[in-house]
Amino acid sequence: MTQSDLRPPGPIVIDIDNITKNYVMGEETVHALRGVSLQIRRNEYLAIMGPSGSGKSTLMNMLGCLDTPSSGHYEFNGKNVAEMNDDELAAIRNREIGFVFQTFNLLPRSDSLRNVELPLIYAGIDPATRTKQAAQALTDVGLGDRIHHKPNELSGGQRQRVAIARALVNNPSIILADEPTGNLDSKTGEEIMALFESLYQQGHTIILVTHEKDIAEHARRTVKLRDGLIESDQVGVGSEARTMALS
Amino acid sequence: MKRFLYELTESWKIAAAQMRANKTRSMLTALGVIIGIVAVTLMGTAIGGIQTGFDKSMAVFGDDVLYVEQWPWRQVDDWWNYRDRKKIKTDYAEPINRMIAATPNTNLVVAVPSSAFFRSVKYADNEVSNILVRGTVADYIITSTFDFKEGRFFNEAESRDGASVCVVGYDVADALFASQSPLDKSVLINGHSFKVIGVMSRQGTFLGLFSLDAIVVMPLPAFQKYFSAKSDSDILVKVKDKTKLAEATDELTGLMRRVRALPPEKKDDFSINEQQALKSTLDPIKNSIAIAGLFITGLSLFVGAIGIMNITFVSVKERTKEIGTRKALGARRRTILLQFLIESTALCLLGGVIGLSFAYVMCFGIGAAFPSFPIKFSIGLVLVSMLVSVLTGLVSGFAPAWSASRLDPVTALRYE
Repeated sequence: MTQSDLRPPGPIVIDIDNITKNYVMGEETVHALRGVSLQIRRNEYLAIMGPSGSGKSTLMNMLGCLDTPSSGHYEFNGKNVAEMNDDELAAIRNREIGFVFQTFNLLPRSDSLRNVELPLIYAGIDPATRTKQAAQALTDVGLGDRIHHKPNELSGGQRQRVAIARALVNNPSIILADEPTGNLDSKTGEEIMALFESLYQQGHTIILVTHEKDIAEHARRTVKLRDGLIESDQVGVGSEARTMALS
Repeated sequence: MKRFLYELTESWKIAAAQMRANKTRSMLTALGVIIGIVAVTLMGTAIGGIQTGFDKSMAVFGDDVLYVEQWPWRQVDDWWNYRDRKKIKTDYAEPINRMIAATPNTNLVVAVPSSAFFRSVKYADNEVSNILVRGTVADYIITSTFDFKEGRFFNEAESRDGASVCVVGYDVADALFASQSPLDKSVLINGHSFKVIGVMSRQGTFLGLFSLDAIVVMPLPAFQKYFSAKSDSDILVKVKDKTKLAEATDELTGLMRRVRALPPEKKDDFSINEQQALKSTLDPIKNSIAIAGLFITGLSLFVGAIGIMNITFVSVKERTKEIGTRKALGARRRTILLQFLIESTALCLLGGVIGLSFAYVMCFGIGAAFPSFPIKFSIGLVLVSMLVSVLTGLVSGFAPAWSASRLDPVTALRYE
């Protein structure tokens, strides 16, 4: 991979300004994020790294609109997310964000097609369009022949592909993948990373959250967190990475 | 709106899949509702049966007959006002009939006098006691609803002359004559002999309390000749149109006041009774049976509902991670609420349908075993049971569904 793989970034999708997140744990207040600012543009391929306790998961929850910050400003596609209620956040998650989880989080008793259809149901898409789009998304991740298989009839790699198809099906602004290869062997993990690479080449915006350096190296930009603050923000692939100003 | 519809369909699919996946658990939970619905349905059937039985008993009286009597057919608190009223005399029938004949557009057809008391009736070595012996006229047949098993009623001539003939009820005939025909045989009442000319067919019991077949009917002059006047008399008046019962009652009241020659300032010193009034006096009894019964059966349904609530809480707990995933994919609070409400409702509906089928089979069994017990399994009952099931599901599922809808997606996703 070379620098030439880097696609020109588009307009700003995520604009985070000095957000903090505090949790009250009994007597103690945990400052999970202490003032993080981050801008992510369309068609970026970004990895968020950091050891456990660095605030990586908290930041991911913020980016994924699963949680709101204690203070600071968060705009998603120009909309102020920080003050949205539960249902408004759900609508943003449904339309703008595609989640990929470490444990796949597929519904065990539903086949691939029904799993992929789920976000479309919540979006209020009619059944015929739903089935067509879900089948297309499954074909796009190379599972066109597995649409009626249930999760327990699929391998780990195939399950994660179903999950990726589910993340793609609503054509979201970002794909947010939390340790997507954490439950896979390294060969299958590489296949999944190759899939992400091709999605990036097709113009998708991908945010990887991982603690594995090998995985993070697939991204074009790496944000490292430590103790609730951004430690470094580098643009570039692997060894060719260069430090970017933090402003 | 369209989205709501899709979410609704999705929720039903999830509920069905959930029940298929946990067959034993679902059945055990539904059992509570099954028992509740069986209880409610049987109770409803029983109340319906009582109503039907009551109506059937009432029909014997005829719903187009007014009864002129000393006492009203209801509980009276001021009994002393009624005690000293003049007795009703059988002689009143004649002037009343004369006045009816003289009134154009009258609402009344005919007045029939009747006297009765309880006596023993003998034939050969057989004797039955506590038989209602009634003396009346040939027109009695107009005011009554009974049929003849054999023979006939006494005619005008026999009635006028006070012939020593009688018509016996089914039970009397059965007890005294067993397998032979009572016709043209003579029964003894107080040592006087009466020839049987007719046998009534079975009429059953009045509210299951006393038999309407333990009766002997004879011409009034014969009754008055042989038996002391210490009998209660009343006048039965047939009404032309039973939808005009109130007008008929007013007319009859006027006639009775003229017979008794009451000045306008005096209150009625007689009562005009009709079947409908008796019905309303029995309504409170029926209602208290219904309330007590429904309370007890409601309790069993309540226990069933708690079972449903419990299992829905378990289901929410088990599927916390799934709820988190669904929320991450865009399920709103309402979506999750709906999903679990429908799950509990589906369970209750399942219990309701099974319970209803059980109740139906049981009703059928009871109906076959006790043909005399009037059982009534109505469409209304089916609808009510289904409605009760759905309501039970919604009520019992609400608390767990609410807690599920309020789950924080981050916490739910992390739940193992």
